[in-house]
Amino acid sequence: MSRAYGRLVQAQIRSQTQYRTSFGVDVASCALSTLVEAAVVLVVFRVSPTVGGFGLREVLVMSALAVFAFDLADLLVGNIERLSLYVRKGMLDAILVRPLRVLPQLLATDFALRRIGRVAQSSVLLAVVLVYAAPHWTPARVLMLVLTPIAGCALFAAVFVTGACVAFWFVESGEIANAFTYGGKEFARYPATIYPGLLRRVFGYGVGLALVGYHPALFLTGHADPLGGPDWLAWLSPAVAAFAWLIALLMWRTGIRHYRSTGS
Amino acid sequence: MTATGTMTAIKTETMIEVRDLRKEFTVRRKVGRIRRESRTVAAVDGVALSIARGETVGYIGPNGAGKSTTLKMMTGILTPTSGHVRVCGLEPVPRRRRLAGRIGVVFGQRSQLWWDLPLRESFRLLGFVYAVPRAEHEARLRQCRAMLELDEFMDTPVRQLSLGQRMRGEITAALLHGPDVLFLDEPTIGLDVVSKQSLRAFLAEIGTRGDVTTVLTTHDLADIEHLCRRLIVIDCGQVVHDGTLEALHARYGSRRRVVVDLDEARALDVRMPGVAIEAIEADGRRVTFALDGVPAGELIATIARDGGLRDVSVREPTIEEVVARLYRG
Amino acid sequence: MTFAFARPLRVDHPPDRRARLYRFGALVGAGFRRWSTYRQAALAGLFTNTVFGVMIYSLMRALTEDGRRPGGYDAAQLATYVWVGQGILSVVHAWTWNELADRVRSGDVTADLLRPIDPFEAFLAADLGRAAYAVLARMLVPVLAGALMFTMYIPQRPYTIPLFVLSLILGTVLSFTLRYLVNLGAFWLLDARGLGAVWLLASGVFAGTFFPLRFLPDWAQVVLWFGTPFPGLFQIPLDVVVERPGPAQQIGSVVLQLVWVAILVPLVLRVQRAATDKLVIQGG
Repeated sequence: MSRAYGRLVQAQIRSQTQYRTSFGVDVASCALSTLVEAAVVLVVFRVSPTVGGFGLREVLVMSALAVFAFDLADLLVGNIERLSLYVRKGMLDAILVRPLRVLPQLLATDFALRRIGRVAQSSVLLAVVLVYAAPHWTPARVLMLVLTPIAGCALFAAVFVTGACVAFWFVESGEIANAFTYGGKEFARYPATIYPGLLRRVFGYGVGLALVGYHPALFLTGHADPLGGPDWLAWLSPAVAAFAWLIALLMWRTGIRHYRSTGS
Repeated sequence: MTATGTMTAIKTETMIEVRDLRKEFTVRRKVGRIRRESRTVAAVDGVALSIARGETVGYIGPNGAGKSTTLKMMTGILTPTSGHVRVCGLEPVPRRRRLAGRIGVVFGQRSQLWWDLPLRESFRLLGFVYAVPRAEHEARLRQCRAMLELDEFMDTPVRQLSLGQRMRGEITAALLHGPDVLFLDEPTIGLDVVSKQSLRAFLAEIGTRGDVTTVLTTHDLADIEHLCRRLIVIDCGQVVHDGTLEALHARYGSRRRVVVDLDEARALDVRMPGVAIEAIEADGRRVTFALDGVPAGELIATIARDGGLRDVSVREPTIEEVVARLYRG
Repeated sequence: MTFAFARPLRVDHPPDRRARLYRFGALVGAGFRRWSTYRQAALAGLFTNTVFGVMIYSLMRALTEDGRRPGGYDAAQLATYVWVGQGILSVVHAWTWNELADRVRSGDVTADLLRPIDPFEAFLAADLGRAAYAVLARMLVPVLAGALMFTMYIPQRPYTIPLFVLSLILGTVLSFTLRYLVNLGAFWLLDARGLGAVWLLASGVFAGTFFPLRFLPDWAQVVLWFGTPFPGLFQIPLDVVVERPGPAQQIGSVVLQLVWVAILVPLVLRVQRAATDKLVIQGG
């Protein structure tokens, strides 16, 4: 059965690479956008020596971790955004009459290879930033470095899926999801100290986005949390991601039952 | 004796069983400039039907009658509000994936194929999706290619196919995994006359083999006349007729017509029970009679006795007539 | 008996200026009404704009700690910059727009070309209608939300608000013209998505939506301001409303927008002519 999903991904890649010029431009512009995002941090530090009490070194680590995790999630499940299109046009029908699971099938059918350019760039960026920031490596920190992008990716992926589910009830409200997906990435890139209390509580600890960049970066660079959070907080990211997936799948199940198949 | 016994056993195996099926939708309507009112509408309102293995059933009704909604509940796309559905003995929504392997679905207005890839690739992919054994897959594909003449466009990307070609591809796609039940939702919509005919011939061929159960919704009643022994008519979410085409005619009193052309105009004094003059045209030289259970021969013989009869034609009642009356009903 | 629609269609006299203006106005109205049906989308957008507003402003405020003035803005000016910026985001709409490209791909564009109105004019009118609706549905609330949560800069010069309105209209026209240009690419490229991606990136970074362009080194600012039309989309209207430059520069920047419109609109019309010629010759 998993072979079938693999074949779907292959087919999607073949369809996309048919328009060669456009695909090339797509990959290039995706990759470029990661560079631009990294450059934003440098621009910010051009006009201010510290941001939220942190220097360039720490903020770059946060930013690189968060962006890498996000780009990975975006590559794997980002196209679930297209769910609202499927719901609006009733295109989910064709997916539902096949003997495969709906969510993996959709992800495979819409797999956007061009986003690989972005992941490649952000992984290089993470490496460069780590060399520049040069933390004192200990086994725990190495483990944290491996764990954080995986858990972060899982968390962002869950947010993508949960956000997309909104379309089952409110077809035109796709933009709400953007606040948590793209907004979540923006949030996670900068120190949690700069945000007002309510936003920090909801996005940082409610959704768990402070565990994607902020806390792991503090752990890697050996900083204490000025907000008073304990050191071990960064280790909670896998648990938070797992919980987020639980909610995402619950939403998904309920949503599918709610599907109305209009448009014909 | 035993052979007949087995035959009946196969014939009576129920493939689709629907009881008290209901699907409600909440519809939001604009009232005034800002306010909106929501109310519940039953798109399917207590449908019951039972379809045996090998039957080809036409499922018709006016736009918005609940045809597609029923079909979507039978295929596991929509969750019923209440009621009982079993297809191949499975409850569609909870057993969706299992059921999907045993049914084939064609939506006339939606494609199952991969838009940017050649038809051949779509078929290959479906083989993997449905996990069909290679030999079986190839045997069925070979058959469809021959019968539907797919060879000339097997390597064309789907987006470049004509509608008729694409439809032939869609039907093949729905059959490659050897489904027990085939759901066809307006398969002939938008097709030209030739494409319609070849598609009907193919479906008729499948129907006569007797191992595939077919449910067909359509607005083209000629599809029904060519393919279906049994007809289920739905209106306002309820079944208003379930039976043969003949039964439908009988029930709604559709009448055969006899049109006679005379050499010259004259009054025809035909006083037979069950015969009525429906129209007099061409300055009285053409008369149309409507017959209610009277054999046409009797009437023609009566008219011919008086001479001056140039031409006679007998017109069978059309299904359009009955259905239009039923829809308006 | 004759039917009204059986009258012979004659276009001997092209519509005069007034008739053209009426027609344009009617198309703007139609665009407005069309978008006003997407109420859910507008609400969802408001939510997202507000969340992004809080996030971006948090970052900006962090930069003004210890009384710093990044890019020459004070905290209140940055608040106005961010919140009005979130508000006009969907007015200027420098995002993906595929309507024309889709019509080219599907062949529907031939129907547009048969109409007695230039497609650029018709699409522009519809887009201005969309923008007018966005001002009501998408701009006022974020600005109000920002004003309630944070201290915003209130324009002091009497002519600033009318100048801002003009600048915003010019920004929308610029944005539309560039989007249209990208879409015209579909006449030559089978798939214009790549081109759209480049546009999205450029309009995001170089227009001043990520951060005020004044944060950049001087040389980069000069290149962007005079070498590209992008600052005209967001940076100029926003600088006008926060009165960042002196009066002369404030008015001068709007003139710069006008210059870009004067360059780009004839360019688009030429490209469109080349595209339709291609369509006529190759039959699509």
